[in-house]
Amino acid sequence: MNIILKLLICVILFGGTGANGQSEMASIKGGVYIPLYGRDSLQVSIADFEMDVYPVTNQYYLEFVKNYPKWRRSKVISLFADKSYLIKWASDATLGEEQALNAPVTNVSWFAANAYCECQGKRLPTVDEWEYVAMANETQADARQIKTYNEYILSWYEKPKTFNNTIGSTFKNYWKVYDLHGLVWEWTSDFNSVLISGESRKDVDNDSNLFCGSAAVGATDLMNYAAFMRYAVRGSLKAKYTMRNLGFRCVK
Amino acid sequence: MKIVKIIVFLFVSILSVTSCSNNESNKDEAVIYQCPMKCEGEKTFDISGSCSVCKMDLKPVKSTENTLNTEISDSSIFNLTTKWNTEEGVTIQLKELKGKTLVMVMIYTTCKVACPRLVSDMRSIEKQVFKRNLDDVLFVLVSIDPETDTPKRLKEFAIENYMDGEQWTFLQGTVSSVREFANVLAVKYKEISPIDFSHSNIISVFDKNGELVHQQEGLGVDNKETVSKIIETSRK
Repeated sequence: MNIILKLLICVILFGGTGANGQSEMASIKGGVYIPLYGRDSLQVSIADFEMDVYPVTNQYYLEFVKNYPKWRRSKVISLFADKSYLIKWASDATLGEEQALNAPVTNVSWFAANAYCECQGKRLPTVDEWEYVAMANETQADARQIKTYNEYILSWYEKPKTFNNTIGSTFKNYWKVYDLHGLVWEWTSDFNSVLISGESRKDVDNDSNLFCGSAAVGATDLMNYAAFMRYAVRGSLKAKYTMRNLGFRCVK
Repeated sequence: MKIVKIIVFLFVSILSVTSCSNNESNKDEAVIYQCPMKCEGEKTFDISGSCSVCKMDLKPVKSTENTLNTEISDSSIFNLTTKWNTEEGVTIQLKELKGKTLVMVMIYTTCKVACPRLVSDMRSIEKQVFKRNLDDVLFVLVSIDPETDTPKRLKEFAIENYMDGEQWTFLQGTVSSVREFANVLAVKYKEISPIDFSHSNIISVFDKNGELVHQQEGLGVDNKETVSKIIETSRK
């Protein structure tokens, strides 16, 4: 009994401080769907994977920079993050006054997010994986045709400063994953695969399928304006950019 | 039963965390030795001993990682520690290319549309630079399709396209290292089918310290500016 008690305390301590750096994950059953931008075959198949239930929080990220000094604000090199990296933090290892421990970490670059996930033995989700899980509402795996689902997302895009909210403050979706919509935008591993940025007008070979003007026409679901916004944001990002409302979560 | 699970979970999580940090510290501790008189230039040794020329004891110097980090700047691509295979089957890190002006482009060998033109752009640039007798310029073609483009395939491609000279290097990475490298170059690409990718056409010029000095975007555009940048950079 004593051992059990000790173990429990140990678990609580670890869980409480986040010292083990592992967050809760939900299993996602793979499947086939048609994303906003289809490939040749239109359908994309997703294998089974696990996704963090919540976006990575300030608390977890704090642990990470303590363990990996390379990613502290004062140490990070300009190849990997722009000047606004963790800009709202008070110092290398203290949050800003208005920042909550369990709010999503933002102002992190793709390189930082990628390194964080790697150090947890995880990785960033692909665009296709992220969109697959994010097309669910509370009850359905694919809610993209449902009016309230789209309205919810679009109304979030209008709400200011949701990045200050704590994790879990939005709805739990079909896959038991929280906060895909309504809190922060999230990095994906291959965000740079979306070819709708400015330069793609002139320098991308496959422009009839994927470039800016025709992207709107090529979009498989014209109703999906919200998703179009996400793809547009991803297209505008560079990997060292950091944004106030851009966080991330990992998958495995 | 539950307790067993918890114990296993704890061990695994502790192990995974420590293993990740161990890698870091090992790198820092790696010591290399060098002759204090530098009789053989910058040559370094993995074990202690004496210099073969002046017989003085070799002096430990900081690990390559550290020495290079102090020499290269924050925005240098030599900060990337990923490993790459060349078309000759040699494994290298990007920082081993230090000291040369690098002209880099991302292609894949099964490409039918843009790559042949990108490759011909590279050859046209190389021709113009070659005339000036610059031997410290390296033309690097990085494959965005590491699964198909093995060193063997890259070598064949090099020979087919008359790009097998010393001044050309082809690199095969991994899916994740290629993604990271593309992010550094701000190149966008997407797999359309197993043998077809959509990608931005950007030729990038880096100076001897791995800092980006110029990017040429587009196909068949005027190479003049890129060529003059390369010449200017290699003279520095």
